[in-house]
Amino acid sequence: MKKISYLIATLFLVSCGGSSEQTKNETPAAETSAKTTITIKGSDTVLPLSQKQAEEYMKSHTDASITVVGGGSGVGMTALVENSTDIAMSSRQMKMEEKIEFKKKSVEPKEIIIAYDALAIIVNPKNKVENLKREQLEKIFTGAITNWKEVGGRDLKIVALSRETSSGTYEFFKEHVMDKKNYASTVLAMPATGAIVETVARTEGAIGYVGLAYISKDVKPVSVSYDEGKTFAAPSVASAQNGTYPVARPLYYYYVPEKETLVKPFVDYLLSEEGQKNVEEVGYVPLTK
Amino acid sequence: MLSSTVTTFTVLLIIVFLFTEGSGLFKQSPVEKGSEILVNPANPVNHLTAAQIKEIYDQNITNWKQLGGNNDTIILFAINYISDYFSEDEIGENFEFLPAKIDSLMMAHPGILAVFSSEYILPDTKAKRVSIDNISLAGFITGREWFPTAQPAVQLGVLPIILGTLWVSLIAILIALPIGLATAIYMAEVANNKMRLALKPVIELLAGIPSVVYGFFGLIVIVPFIQKVFSLDTGQTALTGSILLAIMALPTIITVSEDAIRATPRVMKEASLALGANHWQTIVRVIIPYSSSGIAAAAILGIGRAIGETMAVLMVTGNAAVIPHSLLQPVRTIPATIAAELGEAPQGGIHYQALFALGCILFLMTMVINLWVQYISSKRRNAGH
Repeated sequence: MKKISYLIATLFLVSCGGSSEQTKNETPAAETSAKTTITIKGSDTVLPLSQKQAEEYMKSHTDASITVVGGGSGVGMTALVENSTDIAMSSRQMKMEEKIEFKKKSVEPKEIIIAYDALAIIVNPKNKVENLKREQLEKIFTGAITNWKEVGGRDLKIVALSRETSSGTYEFFKEHVMDKKNYASTVLAMPATGAIVETVARTEGAIGYVGLAYISKDVKPVSVSYDEGKTFAAPSVASAQNGTYPVARPLYYYYVPEKETLVKPFVDYLLSEEGQKNVEEVGYVPLTK
Repeated sequence: MLSSTVTTFTVLLIIVFLFTEGSGLFKQSPVEKGSEILVNPANPVNHLTAAQIKEIYDQNITNWKQLGGNNDTIILFAINYISDYFSEDEIGENFEFLPAKIDSLMMAHPGILAVFSSEYILPDTKAKRVSIDNISLAGFITGREWFPTAQPAVQLGVLPIILGTLWVSLIAILIALPIGLATAIYMAEVANNKMRLALKPVIELLAGIPSVVYGFFGLIVIVPFIQKVFSLDTGQTALTGSILLAIMALPTIITVSEDAIRATPRVMKEASLALGANHWQTIVRVIIPYSSSGIAAAAILGIGRAIGETMAVLMVTGNAAVIPHSLLQPVRTIPATIAAELGEAPQGGIHYQALFALGCILFLMTMVINLWVQYISSKRRNAGH
């Protein structure tokens, strides 16, 4: 009995663990007689989106077989350099080091933005704070600001919530909002985005960050300013699309020109109306509406 | 015979695997493999610690003066910043001038602190390499800062995590032992047969609930409850984890101590009753002392169960890696750390090995506990004869 309970717990853990375990969860080949096989490798942030797109694409194109593998943006880029993947998915632009690697092989990889990913900063609905500057967010998460009264709220201790280090949003928030500084040790690390929403909804002093799709009526998103308070933008699909909401990033696909004929149909599908509808379903921001 | 050999072999294999992966961590530089830290040759600083590097990148240290150097502002440089200084043409079409350009930067800025791959270092560079302490066992165990993904140098201090694990488990057992013992005494001595037959499966059912379910229950019920009762900022505390673990350890404690209490010889109980002691006095003065080693074994097994528990704790303790000073603070435990971080740690990297080293520490903890149980129960056997 005990053993079974462990087994069940492990299975749950695996399924909750999300992206990392899904890395090995390769999408099975649709048909053995498949004419085109495409491998996509890279960012775990893009992984759920790529998987969804691949599934939908294979439904209508039975001759295609697409394998999606995670591992991180860097892993995807390395694989592309080594020619062990057809498409590298990435949650950031190519780094200088990676450009150098491609230059060494005199290859100019193509870059395509397939969707946007935006993070909303959420607080408890009882919290009166509506706007926060980037500098204030940085200080909250590095532990320099610990009370809401320092940012215009009432006298209440701030409970800052982050994701675990394994999460793609952990790094994104660190780079985009915290100026690459490290999180304070006192920041609570939540195992899942759902846990952040749940805790913020129940804790008056809490602040956390989640993907746009996770905003619910139990939590209040705050407007963010990246120009020291001149303009504040509220998170929404529209503001992420037109670039006024700053805590957003494009998600990329990279491929080498010689593979163009192979991957083009799939990439075109991604950019089509249907593909962009899938983007919204997975919880990311489509390119245009 | 065969099955026991296979089991022993498997256990040994796991231990060897655990320790080989974990021990690779030490004597390594905390800086990413293949990278080096360089400064201007005029800079008197020769040595930096991982903690200092983190402070520099967090912009808490901004001047070399604070590190015993000259009065120069620290300028951070990495390959990715090269485009801030030079155009792509200057670097060359195939980046052939990159090492030379980096080197010229190193010479031009007295306050520069550059971290980049050693393949871009000019072979005859005058820039000075800064040494950095390797990761040591003592530093690993006594360090207070856990930043396994910090750039460019990781900080691996597991003291808060070890203390967090012990703290949560200790409190859990203090909660579970009185309740568990009382239940065991009731079931062994007071309850009639019908009651006992009804209670037994209920307790066994408690052991069969998956730990995520406990965790979810904790997150939805116990966390808000603790937050309300103590009017805290957050209900995700060590106490919440302890209460949850206490519930999870109860079946072990009840079953083992009930068996110990039942093992008290009938003669001893009857002798006590014959001397005029009532039932309660017999329980307190005769049965509990007789079965004390069994009860101790139950308590220790309960601790073992609590120390190794992962999912439930991960969901309710807040997971902040700070040394706990009270019960009402968030803590981070070893199993939760491993479960949460191993998925994304690059295989064979420093972070990955650090998590295995944590696993080794957890293994040693549970092994000590098991040896302790064996010692105590062997004492009982000797005393019995």
